[in-house]
Amino acid sequence: MKHIISVLVENKFGTLNRVASMFSARGFNLASISIGETEDPEISRMTIVTRGDDQIISQVLKQLNRLIDTIKVTDLTKQPHVERELLLMTMKLSRTTQHEIFELINVFKGKVVDIKQKSITIEVIGSPDKINTTIDIFRPYGIRELARSGAVAIHRGES
Amino acid sequence: MHAPGEKLNGSEIFFECLRRENVSYIFGYPGGALLKVYETLYDIKDIKHILVRHEQGATHMAEGYARATGKPGVVLVTSGPGATNTVTGITNAYMDSSPMVIFTGQVPSSLIGNDAFQEADIVGITRPITKHNFLVKDVRELALTIRKAFYLATNGRPGPVLVDMPKDVLNAVCTFEWPETVEIRGFKPTVKCHQNQVEKAAHLIARSKKPLLYIGGGVISSDASEELKRLAIEQNIPVTMTLQGLGAFPGDHPLSMGMLGMHGTFWANQAVNNCDLLIAVGARFDDRVTGKTDTFATQAYKIHNDIDPTNVDKNVKVDLPVVGDAKHFLAAILKEMPEEKTDRSEWLADIRAWQKQCPLTYTNESDSLKTEYVIDEVCRQTGGDAVVTTDVGQHQMWTSQYYRFRKPRSIITSGGLGTMGYGLPAAIGAAFGVTDRPVVLFCGDGGFMMNVQELVTAVYYKIPVKIFLLNNSFLGMVRQWQELFHQEKYSFTDLGDSNPDFVKVAEAFGCRAMRAENPDEAKKAISEALAWNEGPVFVEFKVIKKDMVFPMVPAGASISDMLLDRLNPKTMV
Ligand SMILES: Cc1ncc(C[n+]2csc(CCOP(=O)(O)OP(=O)(O)O)c2C)c(N)n1
Ligand SMILES: [Mg+2]
Repeated sequence: MKHIISVLVENKFGTLNRVASMFSARGFNLASISIGETEDPEISRMTIVTRGDDQIISQVLKQLNRLIDTIKVTDLTKQPHVERELLLMTMKLSRTTQHEIFELINVFKGKVVDIKQKSITIEVIGSPDKINTTIDIFRPYGIRELARSGAVAIHRGES
Repeated sequence: MHAPGEKLNGSEIFFECLRRENVSYIFGYPGGALLKVYETLYDIKDIKHILVRHEQGATHMAEGYARATGKPGVVLVTSGPGATNTVTGITNAYMDSSPMVIFTGQVPSSLIGNDAFQEADIVGITRPITKHNFLVKDVRELALTIRKAFYLATNGRPGPVLVDMPKDVLNAVCTFEWPETVEIRGFKPTVKCHQNQVEKAAHLIARSKKPLLYIGGGVISSDASEELKRLAIEQNIPVTMTLQGLGAFPGDHPLSMGMLGMHGTFWANQAVNNCDLLIAVGARFDDRVTGKTDTFATQAYKIHNDIDPTNVDKNVKVDLPVVGDAKHFLAAILKEMPEEKTDRSEWLADIRAWQKQCPLTYTNESDSLKTEYVIDEVCRQTGGDAVVTTDVGQHQMWTSQYYRFRKPRSIITSGGLGTMGYGLPAAIGAAFGVTDRPVVLFCGDGGFMMNVQELVTAVYYKIPVKIFLLNNSFLGMVRQWQELFHQEKYSFTDLGDSNPDFVKVAEAFGCRAMRAENPDEAKKAISEALAWNEGPVFVEFKVIKKDMVFPMVPAGASISDMLLDRLNPKTMV
């Protein structure tokens, strides 16, 4: 099963490497990992997407906790949370397709970030599932390049 | 001695911190990146620097010292090759959870990343084999980093911590400040066990008809032997130990069942698979212990106490995990034990019957020598009280079977990594730490050559280690597997034609040396060696070549499927 894990870490060089190499050394799946500073510049937040059965996920969480540079490890999967990913994608543009492409951008609530005569770059934000669908739908129009940020996630606030 | 507030350079701060961490010995080797450190060291008298002959030797010495004393071992090596030579020793300490702090010199900060002369990314290289590591980028961070390194190495589950110190940091000057306390927000080990879990465990132990204590090295590192003895003896619970747990409970006590697992005793493995309650303390269900996990202790309710939560449910699913320090766990259990005791005479009788069925035995012949006899005889002559180090191989497993360890911190051996070449330097390191008990090394003819250079260190510092070389002219343990599982193709394991004259080698290093070829000579040589303490003494025992270690569980098999001897592969009931 897919799990989304949020980890607060010391904002130091090497921390990302420690986490990533722990995953590879122990043979854990690492679907995506993203990292950025938090409101406290000494602390960064990592969002990790991984897959595994309960036994494996429990080991993943414990092994993450065991690293000295991790401060707090939370499995968000079964808690209320928001998960988002950013997609940047450049596609071919032609007279015959441009109409449909613009329509689809609207459907996916995307934004045009750059447009040239024969190409268009768009951004789409959404859950990783939505990003997957977006890519599938646009594929027939000729994707030139794409970049995904990997998921970032956070607890939903208190009411 | 320097006081906080003084202006000091990085090297002076380095030694002042070691002093404040109560370091008595540094095992080290100099080089370009450490010139300033060795300049400062020249005038230091209260911290002893031991010059090794290879940096790997320094790491094993530091670990031997740590294992014998419980204090962290300290290593000091230069950048590049000095640092990379420590990798095996660091991995060994990591696998066996030994407290160690390794200091490496590094090229000047401005050159890092430039493929500078003798630059190696040792922090990157050792990330997966240390508990944690640091690169010190500013002399003002040096004292706090050293403090953190010792704190991490010795608290929670012990392990090696590496501190990389660039040359310019060691030269730079700042005001020395000593942090009295350390606070690491990502490191809060659970030492005290959950009271609920403890009560539940105590309740189960009190009522179990067929309990078994399965004891690992955690009981030794947390100094919990007294608590273990009380629990086992007061409650009549048999005790089996892992290789690293040997000595936690006296091997000559009737409740001791010796080691379990691949080369464990028949009766210990039998007890594991028949007990109704398995109490694992400071052990990690290693594959050399469990064999095939699906068939391991299937009839037992399993309690598992360990300081490291990642050990719980890693290899074998347990019923009652109790995270915390072993000493705390056992002491807390003792408090909860009720007055009335469960009768366990039937269980103990079962165990005695298994013991009678397949005891550990060997037959001695007057004109040839067996490793088992040598170890047995050393055990007799030292009363089971020596600090025993081993190398890796058959002699190591025979040591676990025939030396009846009576005290904790008595066996110092490479378990997790199985590092040949560990024994000699580990013995020397142990002997720096322990001076009131003999320090004995059992070593194979293969492994001895892997760090033979450290014989110089032992001779130079007049270290009275007893080096007992069990020369079977083979890489014996590999030969055993070749005979049993690889069609007797003795591929590159026969050292008979290539081994040197070991007695001459030892003598060339300036070491007193003897040779023994039969039981009478062996007995005499052992007593002479034990009586002589002016420096190291070396005895080569010419043992028979084709002996094998039994009983044995083939790799990946259930521990119920033990080969009992060469001709008689018998399956347990
Ligand atoms: C550094 C290293 N290389 C290889 C091995 C594999 N190995 C395990 S036991 C063994 C044979 C050891 O032979 P020896 O030192 O003579 O001891 P014996 O088994 O004969 O007692 C070997 C090669 C190892 N454990 N460590
Ligand atoms: Mg040998």
